[in-house]
Amino acid sequence: MSALFFQYLMAGLTYGMIYAVVGMGFNIIYNATGVINFAQGEFVMLGGMIAVSLVKILPLPLAILLAVLATMVVGALVELVFIRWLSSPSVLRMIIITVGISILIREAALLIWGQNVRALPYFTGSEITSLSIGGARMSPQVLWTLGACSALVALTTAFFRWSSTGKQMRACASNRVAASLCGLPTRNLVTASFILSAGMGALAGCVVSPITYTQYNIGTGLAMKGFTVAILGGLGSSLAAVAAGLVLGVLEAFAVSVMPSAYKDAVSITLLLAILFLRPTGLFAARVAYRP
Amino acid sequence: MLTVRTLDVAYGAVTVLRGVSLHVKEGEVVAIVGANGAGKTTLLKAITGLVRPRRGDVRLRGESILEVGTARIVARGCSLVPEGRQIFGDLSVRDNLLLGAHVQYRRGKAAEVRADLERILGMFPILGKRSGQLGGTLSGGEQQMLAIGRALMARPTLLMLDEPSMGLAPLVVKEIFNVISTISLAGCTVLLVEQNARGALKIAHRGYVLETGRIVLEGSAEDLLASREMQRAYLGRDVNLETARVTT
Repeated sequence: MSALFFQYLMAGLTYGMIYAVVGMGFNIIYNATGVINFAQGEFVMLGGMIAVSLVKILPLPLAILLAVLATMVVGALVELVFIRWLSSPSVLRMIIITVGISILIREAALLIWGQNVRALPYFTGSEITSLSIGGARMSPQVLWTLGACSALVALTTAFFRWSSTGKQMRACASNRVAASLCGLPTRNLVTASFILSAGMGALAGCVVSPITYTQYNIGTGLAMKGFTVAILGGLGSSLAAVAAGLVLGVLEAFAVSVMPSAYKDAVSITLLLAILFLRPTGLFAARVAYRP
Repeated sequence: MLTVRTLDVAYGAVTVLRGVSLHVKEGEVVAIVGANGAGKTTLLKAITGLVRPRRGDVRLRGESILEVGTARIVARGCSLVPEGRQIFGDLSVRDNLLLGAHVQYRRGKAAEVRADLERILGMFPILGKRSGQLGGTLSGGEQQMLAIGRALMARPTLLMLDEPSMGLAPLVVKEIFNVISTISLAGCTVLLVEQNARGALKIAHRGYVLETGRIVLEGSAEDLLASREMQRAYLGRDVNLETARVTT
């Protein structure tokens, strides 16, 4: 029983970390622009798909690195082409723009890669390799995913807390007018937030693809989960999104043990609706998710 | 140092400033006084490029800064302490100040920034005591000092302040005005926008009176303080309030 429990828990944590990274991506862009970027899931898809294409001609680590960099370029282009020139867009307009971008990227991916389901090779071992931890059997890729995502969360947190650019991005998020009055290049900082967010999504997309596989249309589902997580934690708060991501992942994993797995996605939607009705500022919110 | 020529600013169909012209000479303290809604804040926003004027020109040391953009205007030595302080609430006092020094870092003067930080913390000892605290936890007066300190970290040659006395206790107001005088004595040109006409004109060399988007009076600070027009409109009417706010 406890082995089974552990099995579900690890599966939940693995998915939870992915949701957390996507949720953090939402938060980074939300903080910089006040807008939910619904193309966030597409960055995860792009990371995985580009890496799968590159791994045929390059060693795995290099393929992943290039895929992440390429997705960062896409993130920068999204901001430069679609967002930057809007002088004071309404939130609704920005949301519709990001939804449009996500459709654009998805259809482009369909044209480039077709409908085939793809995956990167396992980083260590193969599909049949398994480790035994606490009686539960799992693929080493689970540990890769957990490790890479944890490192990503830690690095991003450190970046915002201690680096000079990170502090500038926080200042820009906290008060854009005051940031420009300090002489900070606010528009470039917004571009930086898109680049960072795209890179995070892409790396998550790479490490998880051996387990979950990737396809041109996985972005929408991931965006939904990431959005749920960002709302659940309280918009704008990155570490709360991580906690919320793990909660959602584990809930989904255990839900599969008591109801048909087809209802797995219903868990996150129900949770999203419940949180929007009951506690729209999020589970851990100290401050109200509101921007003047 | 600063010349504003026939400036018109409108928000949509509402015209806020009509043909405003003024100038600030090097080393001066110039006060712009006027009631709520006269367009004082809009004037400063237009100078710093935060709103785009419909007509007119703003020149800093002879060069037009209309199309320059806020961040570059700051880099050229013109800083604004905005209305309502606008400090970064979830960053520490120290980080707030260091972010203000961004243009100094860009000029390659990191060593000076360290000295400036010590100087500002010496100028406002309370900020030194609270340097690790989050900006949002400071009191209103402390936040105002932080906002002024942050603007000074950019080493401006022209410092503009928007209602620095707003919402502060009389003693704190006095302290803020003293600080502004000190900044001016240190060689920085000051453009001060205030509702507190008496307090502002007392430390200013010259002043302008803004009324519903137009400059209706200008002159030396002593003349304005003594003028009958001023007494009636700004000093007399609020005489009780004014004396309560500035205990001199």
